[in-house]
Amino acid sequence: MTKQVQTLDHVIIRFAGDSGDGMQLAGDRFTQETAAFGNDLSTLPNFPAEIRAPAGTLPGVSSFQLHFADHDILTPGDAPDVLIAMNPAALRANISDLPRGGDLIVNTDEFTKRNLTKVGYAANPLEDGSLEQYHVHAVPITSMTVKALESFDITRKDAERAKNMFALGMLSWLYDRPAEGTLGFLKAKFSGRPEIMQANVAAFQAGWNFGETTEAFSVRYEVKPATLAPGSYRNISGNTALAYGLVTASQLSGLPLFLGSYPITPASDILHELARHKRFGVRTFQAEDEIAAVGAALGAAFGGSLAVTSTSGPGMLLKAETIGLAVSVELPLIVCDIQRAGPSTGMPTKTEQADLLQAMFGRNGESPVPIVAAASPADCFSAVIEAARIAVKYRTPVILLSDGYLANGSEPWRIPEIASLPDLASEFAFATPGADAGAFQPFLRDPATLARPWAIPGTPGLEHRIGGIEKADVTGEISYDPDNHDRMVRLRQAKIDGIAADIAPLRVDDPDGSARVLVIGWGSTYGSIGAAVRRVRNGGHPVAHAHLRYLNPFPPNLGEVLRRYDKVLLPEINLGQLALLLRGRFLVDVISYNRVRGLPFRAAELAGVIEDVIGHA
Amino acid sequence: MPEPNGRHNEGNSSPRLASLTLVPHAADRLTAKDFKSDQEVRWCPGCGDYAIVAAFQAFLPELEVPRENVVVISGIGCSSRLPYYVDSYGLHSIHGRAPAIATGLASSRPDLSVWVITGDGDALSIGGNHLIHALRRNVNIKILLFNNRIYGLTKGQYSPTSEQGKITKSTPFGSLDHPFNPVSLALGADASFVARTIDSDRRHLTSVLRAAADHRGAAFIEIYQNCPIFNDDAFAPLKEPAASAERLIRLEHGEPVRFGPGASRGLRFGSHGQLEPVDVAGADPGTLIAHDAHRDDPSYAFALSRLDTADFAHIPVGVFRQVTQSSYDELMADQIAAARRHSGPGDLAALLAGNDTWEVH
Ligand code: SF4
Repeated sequence: MTKQVQTLDHVIIRFAGDSGDGMQLAGDRFTQETAAFGNDLSTLPNFPAEIRAPAGTLPGVSSFQLHFADHDILTPGDAPDVLIAMNPAALRANISDLPRGGDLIVNTDEFTKRNLTKVGYAANPLEDGSLEQYHVHAVPITSMTVKALESFDITRKDAERAKNMFALGMLSWLYDRPAEGTLGFLKAKFSGRPEIMQANVAAFQAGWNFGETTEAFSVRYEVKPATLAPGSYRNISGNTALAYGLVTASQLSGLPLFLGSYPITPASDILHELARHKRFGVRTFQAEDEIAAVGAALGAAFGGSLAVTSTSGPGMLLKAETIGLAVSVELPLIVCDIQRAGPSTGMPTKTEQADLLQAMFGRNGESPVPIVAAASPADCFSAVIEAARIAVKYRTPVILLSDGYLANGSEPWRIPEIASLPDLASEFAFATPGADAGAFQPFLRDPATLARPWAIPGTPGLEHRIGGIEKADVTGEISYDPDNHDRMVRLRQAKIDGIAADIAPLRVDDPDGSARVLVIGWGSTYGSIGAAVRRVRNGGHPVAHAHLRYLNPFPPNLGEVLRRYDKVLLPEINLGQLALLLRGRFLVDVISYNRVRGLPFRAAELAGVIEDVIGHA
Repeated sequence: MPEPNGRHNEGNSSPRLASLTLVPHAADRLTAKDFKSDQEVRWCPGCGDYAIVAAFQAFLPELEVPRENVVVISGIGCSSRLPYYVDSYGLHSIHGRAPAIATGLASSRPDLSVWVITGDGDALSIGGNHLIHALRRNVNIKILLFNNRIYGLTKGQYSPTSEQGKITKSTPFGSLDHPFNPVSLALGADASFVARTIDSDRRHLTSVLRAAADHRGAAFIEIYQNCPIFNDDAFAPLKEPAASAERLIRLEHGEPVRFGPGASRGLRFGSHGQLEPVDVAGADPGTLIAHDAHRDDPSYAFALSRLDTADFAHIPVGVFRQVTQSSYDELMADQIAAARRHSGPGDLAALLAGNDTWEVH
């Protein structure tokens, strides 16, 4: 039968199923197909911390949302247009997000009495009329997959397991995605098990063919490629971008990369990724704990490596003492905090921005540390290169803040030309063997940067001792002198404050200059705020948007920017941490908007908040 | 990859100590004086640390490496002040973490001779985890644990090696916990080199330092150290000349184990694998053991370490165990070299591009 083709400018799809149903894989593959097709896209994987929560239960539901469009987009979307529910639990957990009139694709095979009861459905929602407001496509995905694989010499379990590929094939047909990438991926993934590989390929094709022939779908959709800036693109997640940024910083600086890390969600993928790149001379050290991870990194920094430790909030607490030592001995160290919902263990796989004050103040004594925050998954690449630049130039630990949403989310990335990247090698130099016979002074500062010499072991004539005890200015000898301590506290602070002159001023997006309200944000809310601002402007209301990359020190023009507007709105996925800093520093009465749900803000929700503030301005 | 300072082991003729094969050779022979810093030493008068630092400084020239390639890293405690007194590169870090910091340095800079200075509180209490993991990884670092069985710097609380029932400021009714035996602990962590020595026996101390430097991988040395202020004479029973011959079991690889008056005593295995002291005269010579530090199985060395008793009846000193294993830094460097051999040095543009790109014109 010929199907009607309808053109859309954007689509939001959510794959939802049991943790064991392979939804993340299906979502990932659909994303790659979409990237290869040339749409702009943004993704939001959402999965439980448990590796295999009890099957068929609400806590076991795993989902993957993908927003793709023929124009540039900023977020994974507020609510799906299409929901694929592989079982009753997935339906129950996600149906409230599907707007009236949305498409619902249901795997009817799993809607057994037992599975329904497990999640509290007294009646089958497919039969009781409760789904009338949606376009329901009832597809027996499991049994059709098994049937399609009858001729294969594999177990029934393995056949059932291929149902995610059936679903992916069906969706790939529905949105006219190129299938070659997925077929190539399956061939590589199961190269050692040809039967399983062929079965998965067959399941994918069966899903595709089903879409083409069934009456369950009367319309096929197309979303034209987006017109992005010219260049070579790939899809990239935040953690991969961050790992690549570190390898790049190592190459650009000429310093060997050393990563000390301890496995922790959602940061572990940085360790996994870097462990693969030994060809670049990368040393990865999986330590016995978070403390040893940062300790080893500091030891490597002492020896002249580009030293990094990666972790999440709970690990930051354990590393605090060593970060303090790095502040005191003034050695370069990059600390990547991939924030997650807290306090304590919190919700390891969910996102949050609540480590800002910990990054800022979470050490004993006056212990200033520069903070750089990434704004989007791809931005993790340049943000961590900037963190590296500050660390080596000023001989200081630098905290790079990312979060679970950026870490696992992905978007197209225009691959940079190597020549366009900053020349880190020109930002620092190791101290060289002193020609003069005079004693080396390990705390004699560069007058411009206030950085002390980076004198690495093996350099003759620069033998010196450093440590966490207060040091005399210039000579670095142990000192308990009261005035010296006051001077050193101020020097360390002045060094960090001085970085403000060496960073980009805050850029304000205020197209016609008529806005009276400024929305300011930091970190991963960039996309949600940007999308909300677009909506508000499309509604005819002017609003300005600025996004902070540097949280410490702040850009030099920040105070002036804040005072330029009648009202300043600051959405954060915490209870107002940056708001506290801005109020304290600039005496500006910023309006906080806070939701701490473990998820990114919804653009529609923020647009409403912005309109409210404009209404009262 | 650029090497941090481009220095490599310059060819040299004399045989090198095993831990230093990748460390440059010193052109000139240094002296103890070259390793004395100008810092005023701030230990209490009579502290055992003086003897140890003097022996250490006198030994360092034997390494035949340039002064700038020696690094001393410590944690927190009285002993951890030592790096300030040695004129080389030094890092006085934070409590318990020196083995972790040294691991990062040694595994990224095989051209350095890295020494860790720690104490019983630093290494066995707050830093216990780092110690056992550094040992099992066999990082090329030499760990000197000054055991005075007390917290000195915080003014005299009992430590993880204090005897049970110890009366201190924090335990006025006596300490309740059972002490660690540091040598047993290190052997339990599968350390490839484990030794014990005493602050007051400079010759023995130096010989153990030499053996440690000649070991590629992690070396653990427990040094009995007297703290005259808070735990004076903790090791007195070992120090009177007459008593020491009775109590000290001096381990020499390949030699029959003999101790006691006129070397009249020896060791043999008991019914459960434990070692028992026996009179040599009445024993079947075939059952008397000769010391073999190179046994792959650490059980024998462990049995030796269990001869210790609270009353110092028998205390083995010397090298308990020394087995050859690949060191962590070597394995790490090998993986990098293998990856480059297999697929060439990294190509940054290719890495960033990956396999799934598309073009927008
Ligand atoms: S307190 Fe004891 S260990 Fe510390 S310096 Fe004084 S004598 Fe030495």
